[in-house]
Amino acid sequence: MDFRNSETITGPRREDVLPTTATAAVKVVIVGGFGVGKTTMVGSVSEIRPLTTEETMTQAGVGVDDNLEGKTATTVAMDFGRISISDELILYLFGTPGQERFWFLWNGLFEGALGAVVLIDTRRLEVSFDVIGRLEERGVPFVVAVNTFPDAPRHPVEALRTALDLPPEVPIVDCDARGRASCRDVLLTLMRYLHSLSL
Amino acid sequence: MSPPQRERRPRETGDPERLYVLTGGPDGTERAPLDLVTMVVARTEPTPTVQPEQAAILRLCRAPLSVAEISAYLSLPFSVVTALLTDLLATELVESRAPIVRAALPDRSLLEAVMHGLQKL
Ligand SMILES: Nc1nc2c(ncn2[C@@H]2O[C@H](COP(=O)(O)OP(=O)(O)OP(=O)(O)O)[C@@H](O)[C@H]2O)c(=O)[nH]1
Ligand SMILES: [Mg+2]
Repeated sequence: MDFRNSETITGPRREDVLPTTATAAVKVVIVGGFGVGKTTMVGSVSEIRPLTTEETMTQAGVGVDDNLEGKTATTVAMDFGRISISDELILYLFGTPGQERFWFLWNGLFEGALGAVVLIDTRRLEVSFDVIGRLEERGVPFVVAVNTFPDAPRHPVEALRTALDLPPEVPIVDCDARGRASCRDVLLTLMRYLHSLSL
Repeated sequence: MSPPQRERRPRETGDPERLYVLTGGPDGTERAPLDLVTMVVARTEPTPTVQPEQAAILRLCRAPLSVAEISAYLSLPFSVVTALLTDLLATELVESRAPIVRAALPDRSLLEAVMHGLQKL
């Protein structure tokens, strides 16, 4: 991008410009293994066309040749969307990269999040095991949303709960990541669950 | 057919993630603790003294924008944007508001506001 001519940089579309009062932000992260529908879910509920933030990194030291040419730069992308809750309050949704070892790249991605949605695909349940462990380690409260792909096996909720080794209070709900209302309901389930934790 | 069973992972002792270092930010400089959803607003129009990237941020932030959105619109890595913003904050050309974060005890009125907003979707 040529920043000397930064007049030409496209910012938000006119209808996406936030009011000056919109200064309180909260975030929710959508996690899950590779290809479970995270990007689809962000796109379904976001009021803006989903955006992407990138981070680049270099594989460091430890047994790796120290000369710069030997280092490989990697770019990791994360998509996100936005929902205006009120004139003051904005909810951001982050569809975290499938490779959870890169989560640390974004300062505070999980630390301040109100909570997380773990998306699972019952055809490949195991791809979401690792993220659940990571959320538990970080103490991030979460709900599980089963993205109902048409050819996916249906398991009773209690079989899923046992398989995922989750305590009884953690909500497990079905969703269609392509549907706005369905994704909104998942977010509402998360908020109600967080609310119940405060009682 | 029953689903596969998750095994609890042993707690990691080391910090293997730190095998990677950020390429973007300047080394050794103090960074403002900016979150992805810290909201940024410009306090002035671009001044002749700021770098082109910073001028672009000042134009974008005539209305509030999150750090993540700035990174997206400028196609710059998050760490580069936070470094640029650290300068702009130090010179008071922008102001920022930290996000509302998860607390040990969830803030019920905040959650109720979010639920109310979601129900209108
Ligand atoms: N049938 C069906 N297809 C879906 C659904 N959700 C996502 N898909 C499709 O599944 C594929 C993967 O979805 P993505 O949203 O890209 O998944 P992701 O989790 O972001 O994937 P990565 O970022 O690569 O890990 C896409 O081709 C989607 O169109 C769903 O609810 N039903
Ligand atoms: Mg994706």
